Amino acid sequence: METGIDTKAKEKKPTPKDKETVIEIRHLKKSFGSNEVLKDINLDLYKGENVVVLGKSGEGKSVTIKCIVRLLEKDGGEIKVFGEEVGTMTDAELKALRIRIGFLFQSAALYDSMTVRDNLEFPLRKVLKLTDEAEINKRVEDVLESVGLPDAADKLPSDLSGGMRKRIGLARTLIVNPEIMLYDEPTTGLDTITSEEISELIVKLQKKYQTSSIIITHDLSCAKITSDRIVIMNDGAYIAEGTFDELRESKDENVRGFFKQP
Amino acid sequence: MSESYTTSRNKFLEEVGNQTSFMLRFFKNIFRGGFDWGELVRQCYIIGYKSIGLVAITGVILGFVLTLQSLPTLKDFGAESYVPRMVAVSVVREIGPVIIALICAGKIASSIGAELGSMKVTEQIEAMEVSGANAIQYLVVTRIVACTVMIPLLTLMADALALVGGYVGNNIGGDVSAVLFYNKSFSAIDFVDLIPSFIKTIFFGFAIGFVGCYKGYNSDRGTESVGVAANSAVVSASLWIIVIDAIAVQLTSVLAYN
Ligand SMILES: Nc1ncnc2c1ncn2[C@@H]1O[C@H](COP(=O)(O)OP(=O)(O)O)[C@@H](O)[C@H]1O
Ligand SMILES: [Mg+2]
Repeated sequence: METGIDTKAKEKKPTPKDKETVIEIRHLKKSFGSNEVLKDINLDLYKGENVVVLGKSGEGKSVTIKCIVRLLEKDGGEIKVFGEEVGTMTDAELKALRIRIGFLFQSAALYDSMTVRDNLEFPLRKVLKLTDEAEINKRVEDVLESVGLPDAADKLPSDLSGGMRKRIGLARTLIVNPEIMLYDEPTTGLDTITSEEISELIVKLQKKYQTSSIIITHDLSCAKITSDRIVIMNDGAYIAEGTFDELRESKDENVRGFFKQP
Repeated sequence: MSESYTTSRNKFLEEVGNQTSFMLRFFKNIFRGGFDWGELVRQCYIIGYKSIGLVAITGVILGFVLTLQSLPTLKDFGAESYVPRMVAVSVVREIGPVIIALICAGKIASSIGAELGSMKVTEQIEAMEVSGANAIQYLVVTRIVACTVMIPLLTLMADALALVGGYVGNNIGGDVSAVLFYNKSFSAIDFVDLIPSFIKTIFFGFAIGFVGCYKGYNSDRGTESVGVAANSAVVSASLWIIVIDAIAVQLTSVLAYN
């Protein structure tokens, strides 16, 4: 069993030649005023893999993924998603792209004036413009089932615990079947057990919905559970890349520093 | 000293620039397809429902107080019979629109500022944008249009209730029949009074919705910025109302009464 997973992981280990690239970031730069946050970010995301980005807080991890969906405008460099440069897209192209990318916010960002059901229906009705009530209902029920909260539909976000909010946030992004998922610190602020549940849910849903994901975190157990590959970010640039075990044994002092358990 | 003058001037110019581009985004999105009529109706309902009680009470008291205040003075001149006219004209032309707009600035602009501000801080607006929905159209356009529609209607209602209040006040000071009172009031009000003041309230409504949305949508990232957004929305909306009123008075006196 153990070895089975190991060999599979080795076969799966992606290289640029045999895997389709879905996100390609080159020399990404971003500053806020005099605060130079991203200096030179390079990252590839291959189809079907989970990449974990590890970095200290305030490093610009969230800024990086917000640049991918153009919630923030980059200052320089290239970001290509599905082979298309994001920076020069028109509004319509950007909208089409955003439908194909799911984004889970650190705070889950549920619309707190709406019930869970309305939250889930929002992207279906307002973005995909679905009108078939039977289909909408079915999708809502399916996705609630997938995240393990089949009875939560009529609750308000304020009645949910942190872990449940994350699950509903996840459900709201998955309901439109995105091809890429971007997770911003999916386990931060949750207790250890809930963190592990969410991490396992991410892996399970990644298999079920066949997404490619970038997972930002500084939680090692989440990184261990979810990652096919890890990149480490330090001082506005990526300094190392590899699997969890490779990086933990790294010779670089800086890199090993990230794997010291608190 | 000159340095702080320069930075505050630059801040001011930046603010003007930001508000202008926000307004352009509003106009760009109002004419774009996919406008959510259901949400517009919902917002109209919320705005009307939230403020109808306050506006009604204010209207009645406005007419009542104005009548009681002017009655003794005009009595001295033997001009009691002018009270209904005076009240009607001053309420419809000036006091009604401005007072109601200022009250709505306190009630509506602040609640829009706080609502959008907290959506911004908790990343709900970004979440909406990133899902592919048009957040400006769904959140901002609907609220601004709803204010632009509802504030004039609320003002009309307040004007009418002010006349009722005036009638009550007039009856306390001396006997007057309802027919006579309304006859006199309405004979004093022309279209020349009603139309400019109605147009003015449309601008008031727009200003209230616009400022509330602008302050909320562009609030900073910290939690305390929700309070800042609500507060500065009231302050700037009130300022806008006074300025628009000053301009409107100049315009109407040039256009309508010459
Ligand atoms: N919209 C913004 N405006 C100004 N500064 C920002 C903005 N977003 C992020 N920053 C700054 O960028 C830096 C990195 O932030 P962030 O990406 O959120 O870090 P993290 O790696 O913890 O996710 C921080 O110093 C933050 O203050
Ligand atoms: Mg972050």
